[in-house]
Amino acid sequence: MSAAAPQTWDEFMEGVWKQNPTFVMILGMCPTLAVTVSAVNAISMGLATLLVLIASCGLVSMMRKVTPKEVRIAVYIVIIATFVTAVDYAIQAISLALYDALGAFIQLIVVNCIILGRAEAHAAKNPPMPAMINAAGMGVGFTIGLLALGVVREILGAGTLFGITLFGAGFQPWVIMVLPPGGFFVLGGWLLLFSWMARRKQRALTVGSDHA
Amino acid sequence: MNQPLIEIRSAPHVQAAKTVETIMRHVVYSLLPICAFYVFQYGISALASIVVVTAACLLTERFFVRTGTQAGRLSDYSAVITGLLLALTLPPGFSLWMGAVAGIVAIALGKALFGGIGFNVFNPALVGRAFVQAAFPTAIATYTPSFLAGRFTEFIPSSLAWPLMIPADTAAWLKAKNLDALAGATPLAKWKFDGVIANADELLTSLSGHMAVGPAPALILICGLYLAARRFMDWRIPLAILGSAALTAWLLFAFDPVRYPNPFFMLFSGGLILGAVYMATDMATSPVTPKGMWVYGALIGLLTVVIRYYSGLPEGVMYAILIANAASPLIEKITQPVPFGRGALDRARKRATYPLNPGYISREEASAVTPKKRFLPKKPKK
Repeated sequence: MSAAAPQTWDEFMEGVWKQNPTFVMILGMCPTLAVTVSAVNAISMGLATLLVLIASCGLVSMMRKVTPKEVRIAVYIVIIATFVTAVDYAIQAISLALYDALGAFIQLIVVNCIILGRAEAHAAKNPPMPAMINAAGMGVGFTIGLLALGVVREILGAGTLFGITLFGAGFQPWVIMVLPPGGFFVLGGWLLLFSWMARRKQRALTVGSDHA
Repeated sequence: MNQPLIEIRSAPHVQAAKTVETIMRHVVYSLLPICAFYVFQYGISALASIVVVTAACLLTERFFVRTGTQAGRLSDYSAVITGLLLALTLPPGFSLWMGAVAGIVAIALGKALFGGIGFNVFNPALVGRAFVQAAFPTAIATYTPSFLAGRFTEFIPSSLAWPLMIPADTAAWLKAKNLDALAGATPLAKWKFDGVIANADELLTSLSGHMAVGPAPALILICGLYLAARRFMDWRIPLAILGSAALTAWLLFAFDPVRYPNPFFMLFSGGLILGAVYMATDMATSPVTPKGMWVYGALIGLLTVVIRYYSGLPEGVMYAILIANAASPLIEKITQPVPFGRGALDRARKRATYPLNPGYISREEASAVTPKKRFLPKKPKK
């Protein structure tokens, strides 16, 4: 058990950091840019995707031996659509306001390439437990990515964070941040930051090896 | 016998020791009278705006040059031009913190992101302005009348907003000065929303009354003439822009004089002259082929008039120039001049890009090696 633990943790962190769907693989851009107007929207979109991802990857993995290869994509889509419908109704029951804010993007989780990609690349080749851990890591990574965008866009676009006013009543909202271009700017900003960090790390590594 | 020596050199044949720094410095010189007139119109608010925006541009440039992400130097004056032009396109009472945001975005998004001077696709000043236009649509449409009494001792209240805060309302301030809110509307906004057309001669000098306009178009044209005469700027682009804008406006005016204003109003209102002389002529973002300059200018003039007439915005110069900037590599490609010796009637080969292709020029250097075209091996079928 103790020998298996680090590997499981690696499997999980793979999606959170190394293969982060938003910042490294640049997948699922449609919800990323569309619903991250506020932090609450971002986090609920992320959680909805996380739930669908775990459940569908688990089921795909369980059925991997009985799924005919020729119709596997159709099978995955039906499985994913089932869970998306469940999540769709759940969100509608929990908060109608949130449901309206997220709009069609909950249903569009069906065609989110992160989920289909995970099902095809990982869940279809691995037993249920690793598949679900990997899916959870991906889902958490996606949620973190959405949250990173949502926080910046909400602070600049409305002067609030999770609905709490930060700057008082006289705040001048940056209208562009709640418009689609704002999503591109913030995403670009985060990508720049991460690539700068990666390059710095790379440089530190090469300099270190030169000295040694 | 003294044989005259003929020195044979390969292209490009540079005639004068004209550096980027010289050109940029002279553009700054020619902008100074315009800035002075702007300060004369709007007082210390305009001065503060120019200083803050230019400082923001210079500091951002300094940061990106320092971190090595951008080519060029601070002393090449290009960031100063960006700052001055950006300040001239913003309303005089634009909050200083918003002006600083515009300056930072102009250099960071418009220039540093592409690799610095000479690499930018869009005019940096207009990128900054487009950003704040989208971010603060109310503030950027709030103009104040020029030549107000006490403009050298008192700031326009909206200038001095705290960072991130909504600027003070200028309408109440104008009321205290016994001016109605309409006095703060630009001539273009008055035409678009109220159907009032200002006289062309008033617009040309922008001296009469309390018109809410930028610096005088006549002054900008004179400064532009200086630049064109010294060959720091190509005269084709401004001429093409003004010509095509005037022609389009005149055709529409001839078609329906009641609905459309006269072409002179179109030419001298708003930022068309400033845009045509100083922004569209940015060397990095406009075509270098003579024919391409005409096409590029004509596109800007046409788009400006079309946007002004048929869109919700009163002003269209900014978007017209940005669109033409995006189109200029394409324009360059289709307006390649015929190489010397090929004959005027002999059309250039399709996709013949050698006069401008850097690979072609560098082939003359002894050390340069022309990269051979490599074909990827075909993947074996599974």
